[in-house]
Amino acid sequence: MARINSPEELAKVRHDVLAKRDPKAPRMSICAGTGCLASGASQVVAAAEQEIEQQGLKGSVELRGTGCHGFCERGPIIVMAPEETCYLQVTPEDVPEIVSQTLREKKVVERLLYVDPTTGEKVPNESDIPFYKNQERLVFGPNRKIDPRSIEDYLAIGGYEALAKALFEMTPEQVIGEVKEANLRGRGGGGFPAGIKWEAARNAPGDPKYVIVNCDEGDPGAYMDRSLMEGNPFSVLEGLLIGAYAIGAQEGYVYIRQEYPLAVENLGIAIEKAEQYGLLGKDVLGSGFDFNIKVHRGAGAFVCGEETALLMSLEGKVGEPRPRPPYPAVSGLWGKPTNINNVETWATIPLIVNRGGSAFASIGTEGSKGTKIFSLVGKITNTGLVEVPMGITLRDIVYKIGGGIPGGKKFKAVQTGGPSGGCIPEERLDLKVDFDELTKAGSMMGSGGMIVMDEDTCMVDVARYFINFLTDESCGKCVPCREGLRQMQKILTRFTEGKGKESDIEVLEGLAEVAQEASLCALGKTGPNPFLSTFRYFRDEYEAHIKEKRCPALSCKALIATIIDPEKCKACMLCLKACPEGAIDGGKKKIHIIDQEKCTNCGTCLEVCPSRFDAVRKISGEPVPPPIPEAQRMIVKKAKRNVT
Amino acid sequence: MTEFLLQIDGKEVKARSGMTVLEAAQSAGIAIPTLCHHEKLAPFGGCRLCIVEARGQGWTKLVVSCVHPVEEELVIKTRSEKIDRIRRGLLELLLAHAPHAPVLEEMAREYGADKNRFEPGASFCIHCGLCVRYCAEVKKKNAIGFIDRGIRKEISFIPEIASQECDDCKECFPLCPTSYLQAAYVLTKSLAFPSKS
Amino acid sequence: MDIERIDQIIDRHQGEASSLIQVLLDIQSENHWLPKLALSRVSEKLQVELSRIRHIATFYKAFSLVPKGRHEVHICMGTACHVRGATRVLDKVQEFTGLKPGETDLELKFSLETVNCLGCCALGPVMEINGKTHGKLSPGQAADVLGGYE
Repeated sequence: MARINSPEELAKVRHDVLAKRDPKAPRMSICAGTGCLASGASQVVAAAEQEIEQQGLKGSVELRGTGCHGFCERGPIIVMAPEETCYLQVTPEDVPEIVSQTLREKKVVERLLYVDPTTGEKVPNESDIPFYKNQERLVFGPNRKIDPRSIEDYLAIGGYEALAKALFEMTPEQVIGEVKEANLRGRGGGGFPAGIKWEAARNAPGDPKYVIVNCDEGDPGAYMDRSLMEGNPFSVLEGLLIGAYAIGAQEGYVYIRQEYPLAVENLGIAIEKAEQYGLLGKDVLGSGFDFNIKVHRGAGAFVCGEETALLMSLEGKVGEPRPRPPYPAVSGLWGKPTNINNVETWATIPLIVNRGGSAFASIGTEGSKGTKIFSLVGKITNTGLVEVPMGITLRDIVYKIGGGIPGGKKFKAVQTGGPSGGCIPEERLDLKVDFDELTKAGSMMGSGGMIVMDEDTCMVDVARYFINFLTDESCGKCVPCREGLRQMQKILTRFTEGKGKESDIEVLEGLAEVAQEASLCALGKTGPNPFLSTFRYFRDEYEAHIKEKRCPALSCKALIATIIDPEKCKACMLCLKACPEGAIDGGKKKIHIIDQEKCTNCGTCLEVCPSRFDAVRKISGEPVPPPIPEAQRMIVKKAKRNVT
Repeated sequence: MTEFLLQIDGKEVKARSGMTVLEAAQSAGIAIPTLCHHEKLAPFGGCRLCIVEARGQGWTKLVVSCVHPVEEELVIKTRSEKIDRIRRGLLELLLAHAPHAPVLEEMAREYGADKNRFEPGASFCIHCGLCVRYCAEVKKKNAIGFIDRGIRKEISFIPEIASQECDDCKECFPLCPTSYLQAAYVLTKSLAFPSKS
Repeated sequence: MDIERIDQIIDRHQGEASSLIQVLLDIQSENHWLPKLALSRVSEKLQVELSRIRHIATFYKAFSLVPKGRHEVHICMGTACHVRGATRVLDKVQEFTGLKPGETDLELKFSLETVNCLGCCALGPVMEINGKTHGKLSPGQAADVLGGYE
């Protein structure tokens, strides 16, 4: 296809693409995001290609590997259009049946459908599945309709309409006006109003100006940006270009983690194609506006997600943050006015330009507008990426969409905001998801990671885990973070080892204040949050660890003992054979006993003991019961009752 | 260059735009404790000891004076219960590494810092960066640099350069508050300098 | 790695000093580690002080100043994986390979690293080897996967 040199040509190209496609023709969309690929999606795609050819259907079926659909727990996923039939956990062996039954005979393959856990009914339609039904997939939804490497697919769904509108029908100030009216707040964690940042960069003296995509998604458990960049890189590019036009920047960077190889690849292909079609580079769409992008890979430093550390890294230096003021909008990359926004923020821009800022602002709460993509992970039935309107309750996310806690376990907390955030307990589950509400509850929205924890999760260990992460990732420049978080780490580790002292809490609170008030950047300033929030809501767990050397969740290895209940043990030898330390003594029909000296509390015996016996349990804060006398260890079969 | 007035500890201080709060204070003879600051070097903002309270138009917060730019009508307090508490906390963290450093001991007395609050740290480098920055910005030799990050961050001489430059220079030596620099130099010299043949 | 190859990589980035990290990433990717020669050559050609290059090569975890094994084993210790038992998988892998995170065995077969989030949270616990992701692992399964590598 030739370069597109005007909005009219763009409309024509879009029209031609659509004309070649029969809207009634069957479409098979197979999720090819990293998660599904790890579950074998590429073999499913290959099997589908082969089967379609073999069954003589090639040319009459649109088959595509798409971006991430979001229902990661149940991948690989196939959605059959136009019926919107959704098949889950598809294997290559299932493909021939899908092709012959569904493609040819329009019949549904029942066994691959979602089954509603409460009613037992099968749910054939994607949009009726509870996981999807309660979402509002404005930004993430297009992923499942497009091959991320196909610019035609992006054009077919209306891609680049927003760019044409911005470049030819709006002034830069009008674009900023829409973004301000939308009250789009940064989706990367800061939550700062994007429109105001854009305006500051536009008004700041100096040139050249820069716009940057922050794809250094580092919060463990969060992978929204990766899936957006993998699944719909064109939407990010389009948003970036609109922003560049609004701000007056002609150069842009995408800072992307090198740990995201598929995203790096798909982004590179998207840039190449956009350049070919005149949608990037010189004289975009014939508007006279030039804009060039460079891709810069991160090299493994969480702190580079912080915007000034990111700038340092772009300048070829170590990722040590800079003091602010001055802010990047005034003095950023190479000291020039720079606007940095998160991937999801940029990807939301075309939507705002197309529908208008007030339409976007009609969704959500007073202070938080629009939708947000969250990664719902951890102890949850429906793990995956979900997009919901701001203002939905945490309870609805966890139960209506997430399907609650698996294994019959009890919900304990949901951690939001990554290492800068905090844990929200059960009594606050009716909290409306909103930037300010989450902050008031002692957590924060963050980039969107939502990690669900159950009764088996030790909240002291959670605090230790996050501080551990941060001390590893700290750049080390300032004392409060480098030294202060380090001392917090030592204390929290001692708690989990049963070596805590009551005076430690005051020390922790003092260190927290120093870090919050005096750190150079947000990593240090928010570092104490996981401790502060778990201490706020789960003080009893801290007290148990410190005063009683007891771990209520039965998780901290140094504070638990694993024992076999002699009343329940049937001496089946399964745990004996599985124990990696050879710590179980016993034999066939001889009740097993764990040698506490050798036991490392690895939990293997607990896992392998058949559930009908349920003989292994963990105890904490109480002495190990003495073993039963040798004489009583042999299991004698009870005599059978005569049945006459 | 705009000139304007700020208030520091109740005193009116003249400042020019482009100055930092620390520079303005020093020009008026008002003392603010520092550790990683040096008049020949670009501000570092690593130790955070020069933290002060700043009140501007509708906001009050703690700012690090060696890097915070002056603004019209800024009101600065260099001591308060909170500021002293934070400085004491910072000193106690540093004293864990270098309990006998004279400059830290002196400040510890002033702020009531307990050198035994935390367990002794492994190394007595306090990461003020004076050595690295002096060699880079003043001597422009870069014979010494930082390596790694976080608590694993260290200063490290580059043997090939240090063996050529340092013997005749050593201008950074008096800058080190803890003498860790001298120790590191001696160690590097004996273990890693290329042999002269 | 010879000087010619290093120079080619530097030239590919048009010899710009700001591309320093990208150049080092390319060298690391091809060579699996950054030899001293590479650092000094990059310093010379990009006119960047060696002290900054050494800091960058040690600050960013993508780089290694020592040779790595043929198979780089990454165990995800992200929050979601942690909550699903990643520590036990790590213990088993440490036992199997005899390595602690950051170490490489003497035959240069395996290098073990923990990483902070691979973004496959639905599949936790996750282990990645040579770009291939293995999910929903139990400690035993992790050992089996490793056994399959030559």
